[in-house]
Amino acid sequence: MQPPLMQVQGLAVAAGGQIVQQGLDFELRRGEVLVVVGPSGCGKSTLLRHLVGLEQPAAGRVLFDGQDLHRGAEAPRAALRRRFGVMFQAGALWSSMTLGENLMLPLRLFTALDAGECERRARFKLALVGLDGCFGLLPAQLSGGMRKRAALARALALDPELLMLDEPGSGLDPLNAARLDELVLHLRQYLGTTVVMVTHEIASVFAVADRALFLDPQERRMTAIGSPQELLAHGPAAVRAFLGRAAAT
Amino acid sequence: MTSSHSSAAAEDIEGAALAWGVEQGVWTLRLGPAWAGAAFDDAALPAALAAAGCVRIDGHALGRWDAGLAAALWMLHERLRQRGLQVELSGLPAGLGELLVLAQAGEAAREPAAAVRPALGHALHEGRLTIAFFGEVLIALARWLGGAARVRGGDVLQQLDQTGPRSAPIVLLSCALVGVMLAYMAGAQLERIGAQGFLAGVVTVGMVRELAGLMTGVILSGRVGAAFAAQLATMRAGEEIDALRVLGVDPVAHLVLPRLLALLLMAPALLAFGALAGIAAGAVPATLVYGIGASEYLQQSLRALTAAHLWIGLVKGLLYAALVALAGCREGLHAGRSAEAVGRATTAAVVKALVWIVTAACATTVAFTAIGF
Repeated sequence: MQPPLMQVQGLAVAAGGQIVQQGLDFELRRGEVLVVVGPSGCGKSTLLRHLVGLEQPAAGRVLFDGQDLHRGAEAPRAALRRRFGVMFQAGALWSSMTLGENLMLPLRLFTALDAGECERRARFKLALVGLDGCFGLLPAQLSGGMRKRAALARALALDPELLMLDEPGSGLDPLNAARLDELVLHLRQYLGTTVVMVTHEIASVFAVADRALFLDPQERRMTAIGSPQELLAHGPAAVRAFLGRAAAT
Repeated sequence: MTSSHSSAAAEDIEGAALAWGVEQGVWTLRLGPAWAGAAFDDAALPAALAAAGCVRIDGHALGRWDAGLAAALWMLHERLRQRGLQVELSGLPAGLGELLVLAQAGEAAREPAAAVRPALGHALHEGRLTIAFFGEVLIALARWLGGAARVRGGDVLQQLDQTGPRSAPIVLLSCALVGVMLAYMAGAQLERIGAQGFLAGVVTVGMVRELAGLMTGVILSGRVGAAFAAQLATMRAGEEIDALRVLGVDPVAHLVLPRLLALLLMAPALLAFGALAGIAAGAVPATLVYGIGASEYLQQSLRALTAAHLWIGLVKGLLYAALVALAGCREGLHAGRSAEAVGRATTAAVVKALVWIVTAACATTVAFTAIGF
């Protein structure tokens, strides 16, 4: 059995000087889609920022492939982070660059590929998300759904082992949100990418998750982890109520 | 408002705003049709209420209600609860009771109060951040000079275009006006002792050594420093800077160095144009008001201008330009993650740049004078 890709051990995460979640312990298995779910304000996005190494934990540690993401010299940690692809909630495309430049910047900075090969790969990644004709467009020229897909394409630029998605479906209509879910499943199936997705779209949880992790804002801890069906049937009452009500709507 | 401390279960509430009484052993506040949500007077609370433990609010006589009355009733309910009383609602019109229950249910989800840093602590924290930022910039600069970090030439060119040509007209205008003022003021004083012959020298040395750099710094802080802060704060709010950090791209090398280098490259040109504009504009009052010939003004200017003045003016101007870039970038990179934070960062960048420039101007003037320049 392969060792887990990521191990979260006793993690406490803070936002604005307040601990929002503590005592988090879980493992991320290679090739799985783990969805982090919970009510608004429970710390889902904050947890994701800790998992990608953008924030220092208040306690505990995060190991990626056995190496600590938050301690040690910056250069090796930066190299670890480059094995992630991160799609931020608002897309976070660099607004002064075209989509092509957004995708090519990491390739130019961190690979030995020549300019032509960088461009070919960038165009391919844009084609994967259905934006093959948008290479020269600026982010401001795109619709919200297109921007999300472009952000996903950029997250894939360096062929990451682990894809982190922060609310990919928020602000999208149901059709576009479902399309994004399908895309995530295809990426996992064809590229073997491990995915951590933060969402409050319960339809997405049931569509893509191998396992769901539920964060409770009152208790400030993880109250359940398991397959969505398992949690809906046998999870704690609050989790069943959350998943059940959201699934019903 | 009427108040009754007696057992007045049957008291007629018609025409009264509200009335206290004890009904079936429970302190009851009856709301009459005249109660329109008037402010509740703590002094009117029955003294025995504190020991009662439980209060009933009876709204049977309440007539029509609206959102204002619901809000007032909620406030009343909250104030009684804050006094340690259990509050029971009865006989409220349809919908009003449910609304109050809904408002109370929201209380559990109240956000925890944000940690407030005392003023001194905040100032120390800001100071530490600024020093750390200066250190990061120095490290990034050293890495770039050592070939370990890359600065994209396109980014520098773009910033040169933003900072130089578009700032030049306003720098020229401001320096010209300062030159005129300086000539008038100096001329008036020198004329009293018959020393108009020194007027050109005063204007020239003043502009080259002090005022061209100072005015350029002030203009750049408002025009360029604010723009740097707004650009970077917007990127931070949109998580664009986080996207760089996740990739392991140093935001200081990628975003700050191009801006800093552009301002340092453009500053000498702006300084030179500003100083020339000030000296040339000073010639107008010198000629028209104080009767100094144009060629004499030019010769006096050239005689007064030494290499030391030029170097000092250049060093000061470069220092101010660097401070403007650093203030703008520091505020932008450390801004909050909201649209409001962009405005705050912009204002803070201008204020900090001005304070830093004036402080640096004073310190360098004293220092250069002390060492004989």
